[in-house]
Amino acid sequence: MRSTQIYARIAGTGSYLPERVLGNAELAQQVETSDEWIVTRTGIRQRHIAAPDELTSDLALKAAQAALASAGVTAADLDLIIVATTTPDVVFPSAACILQDKLGVHGCPAFDVQAVCAGFAYALATADQFVRGGMAKTALVVGAEVFSRILDWDDRTTCVLFGDGAGAVVLKASEEPGILVTKLKADGRYRDILTTPASIMHGDVRGKPFLHMDGQAVFKFAVKALAELASETLEAAGIAQSELNWLVPHQANIRIIESTARHLGLSMDKVVVTLAQHGNTSAASIPLALDHAAREGRFQRGDLIMLEGIGGGFAWGSALLRW
Amino acid sequence: MENIEQRVKKIVAEQLGVNEADIKIDSSFVEDLGADSLDTVELVMALEEEFECEIPDEEAEKITNVQQAVDYVKAHLGK
Repeated sequence: MRSTQIYARIAGTGSYLPERVLGNAELAQQVETSDEWIVTRTGIRQRHIAAPDELTSDLALKAAQAALASAGVTAADLDLIIVATTTPDVVFPSAACILQDKLGVHGCPAFDVQAVCAGFAYALATADQFVRGGMAKTALVVGAEVFSRILDWDDRTTCVLFGDGAGAVVLKASEEPGILVTKLKADGRYRDILTTPASIMHGDVRGKPFLHMDGQAVFKFAVKALAELASETLEAAGIAQSELNWLVPHQANIRIIESTARHLGLSMDKVVVTLAQHGNTSAASIPLALDHAAREGRFQRGDLIMLEGIGGGFAWGSALLRW
Repeated sequence: MENIEQRVKKIVAEQLGVNEADIKIDSSFVEDLGADSLDTVELVMALEEEFECEIPDEEAEKITNVQQAVDYVKAHLGK
């Protein structure tokens, strides 16, 4: 007897951006930069900043509630919660356990995945394996970050790039595909070009608790790695480039996104770009973009969508799925 | 077969969105052709692809005009 292949399907999406908006013009009053400089090099026009009492789990909760509603399930239906974050509320417990409590449920496995801007790709791939393997039927995957709290607001080369936000998807087990393939990669030799090199030790913060980036090195690495990854992902699924309907990339830099799109032979109207509105929200950016496009009704059932992200580690990953 | 200078100029024109006729051998990418820091990274990557070579970062930093790019390619091509 042949066993049926079970896929993880995205059943719903949700996202949340904090109320406070910090535009380029306002930022230019605090640091020496300009709207023109930021827009031409990054494509970012504004970012959202979490309120002082808003934590990653609060952002995650709002995105999760929206995703649950859009999937037509309740928190009680969840049998897996994964949160991708680099900026958890506290050292421990995990943001996923705090989120579970805030959702008012208990019992199902809940854990964080830390792969910085590739976090959502890593979390989605992990959840996909749980669903394929029969360990979960209804999984919540969230990317949530408050990067504004690890930025040096005097460093104009980095503080203009990031923002806070959360995005979430609900995966359901289905005989219909679904996530077709996921690919994850890492290369720790490049760990110093994008890092927040601080740790908590003996009651003190050791090292500099602010994001540090060698922008040009990151740009070059990202462009190359994402092009290779996109090709490998299609190859693994046995799908031709021309069949791809949408690219939903990590929202870090418009020029990296354009480069990946060129490599895939996709025109920019087939690429979901939400970067201008929220900047780089790290692990939250892919589900934010996905939710934005889904709610605009841009995806048709059966559309072939590629998600990809890359970030500190270096870590990068992708997913190819049928909507 | 186009010579190296022509191939370099063609890449510079494509990457920086300038007219090939406006590119001189001593044109500086940043000062004359309006490249920003990311353009120069993309330009080096395009050169690497065209000439199938790896340009190390410390070498790439020294390539600031067309002549330097041509010289680099001539010195490293086919090695």
